Amino acid sequence: MSIATNNIALNLEKIRKDFPVLNREVNGYPLVYLDNAATSQTPKQVMDAIVDYYSNYNANIHRGVHSLSQEATDKYEAARKTIQQHFNAEKLHEIIFTAGTTHGINLVANGFASILKKGDEILVSAMEHHSNIVPWQILCEKTGAVLKVIPMNQEGELVYEEFEALLSEKTKMVFVNHVSNALGTINPIKKIIDKAHEYNAAVLIDGAQAAPHIKADVQALDADFYVVSAHKMCGPTGVGILYGKEEWLNKMPPYQGGGEMIATVSFDKTTYADLPHKFEAGTPNICGGIAFGAALDYMNAIGFEPIARYEEELLNYATLKLQEIEGMQFYGTSREKTAVISFNIEGLHPYDIGTLVDKMGIAVRTGHHCAQPIMDFYKIPGTVRASFSFYNTKEEIDRFIEALKKAKMMLS
Amino acid sequence: MSKTIQEIQEEIVDEFAMFEDWMQRYEYMIELGKALPLIDEQYKIEENLIKGCQSRVWVHAELEDEKLVFTADSDAIITKGIVAILIRAFSNHHPSEIIEADTKFIDEIGLKEHLSPTRANGLVSMIKQLKMYAVAYQTQLD
Repeated sequence: MSIATNNIALNLEKIRKDFPVLNREVNGYPLVYLDNAATSQTPKQVMDAIVDYYSNYNANIHRGVHSLSQEATDKYEAARKTIQQHFNAEKLHEIIFTAGTTHGINLVANGFASILKKGDEILVSAMEHHSNIVPWQILCEKTGAVLKVIPMNQEGELVYEEFEALLSEKTKMVFVNHVSNALGTINPIKKIIDKAHEYNAAVLIDGAQAAPHIKADVQALDADFYVVSAHKMCGPTGVGILYGKEEWLNKMPPYQGGGEMIATVSFDKTTYADLPHKFEAGTPNICGGIAFGAALDYMNAIGFEPIARYEEELLNYATLKLQEIEGMQFYGTSREKTAVISFNIEGLHPYDIGTLVDKMGIAVRTGHHCAQPIMDFYKIPGTVRASFSFYNTKEEIDRFIEALKKAKMMLS
Repeated sequence: MSKTIQEIQEEIVDEFAMFEDWMQRYEYMIELGKALPLIDEQYKIEENLIKGCQSRVWVHAELEDEKLVFTADSDAIITKGIVAILIRAFSNHHPSEIIEADTKFIDEIGLKEHLSPTRANGLVSMIKQLKMYAVAYQTQLD
């Protein structure tokens, strides 16, 4: 497909106008924002939803009889419905609002503390974000369960055969990210989920990095849990969702006690509310939830397929251009990957590169990307990571390459 | 008579004032980094590593004739430049003078952005570490 066709399909000019921040300057240069895997920028439509909430119907939900509270409740629950439809969850109450991916993972880890027994095994992939490693380590300490690691190869792909070999009757849970944040690898989660289910293990998929690029269908995937953050997909920070199959959510005890999550309270006995409220203690991030719904509406209006197609084009273009730079070393060269490029330039420290390109208005990430085990695997202190979104352009990539060349010249 | 910390800082500020843009300033910093008095390999150990940096920075201090002499290294060149500037200002001075010294000159040479404690390069941690050495050796002298 030609570039022109894709651009028309996306209407980049119109899209970029939706993101006011893209017009600003940084250090005297127009901003080139290539740190989308850390957080995405926010379109006006989402900001409008936030302003609308606080301007017109800010109220606590689920308990007020007054009109404002009803309106806020309706909008919040409508957002839940939007999210349910987006991820194709079977039931509305399988969508639990959280503060983000990390919160969702901790909620499940806490829930499984009363399900796991000593000697049970948990499998975690070698390319997880720290937030999908540490909660399980804590869980293992609590329960006596054993954490095992699914290894990866030089290309940054999980070794499926090793995963199969690790599975046994002892395996109770498997955790894999849909897409690696540090490498961009898209993992074969359907295959992993199906295989794990042969052993009746529950599978949690960290969808934080996949959700902005791939529309996941949790029923088709047959995932037991799927967690995401709104701020990676044009929504605000501090909100996300946990999708969980009803049967698992019913088995898990509440995570936090408080308002919203109770049915009746007395000092003798408290009964818990039904799903999803059992896991939504306290006043939730009402505005955030509604804005998350608006973000999904925004992205769906553009369409995930054209987004994925265009981002792949950006990825290929950037990869090709980066190869022109001498000493370029890529990390994560899986055939299946999202628009994330992790790299180093021979002899240069990622921190130096990041600092200098920032002086030229380019925002990239440097460091270990909260995935130290991956850096240890490659025996490097970190990488430079450029991650692209559908509002980025080839001209921005050109500016990035130019800045990189200049930085390299200064540092060599 | 040797220069005071204050005088050296003024000297550094004057040098940086000659540059017209950020690029020249950074190029000079990189140059300074390359000229950094390198730490002896035996001191490149965990205990001498400064926490809070995205790059690794080691600093070592030794007392010579009641003056503290610093050596350092880093795997990142800009960080090396930053630590080199600090060392040039602080090294070869009495611990008490190092304890008293202020670091406003960092602002004046256009490196203010590195001073925020949340910056990943840990300039603030470096200054703290140099001063800690000074405090430790001061107690020895007392």
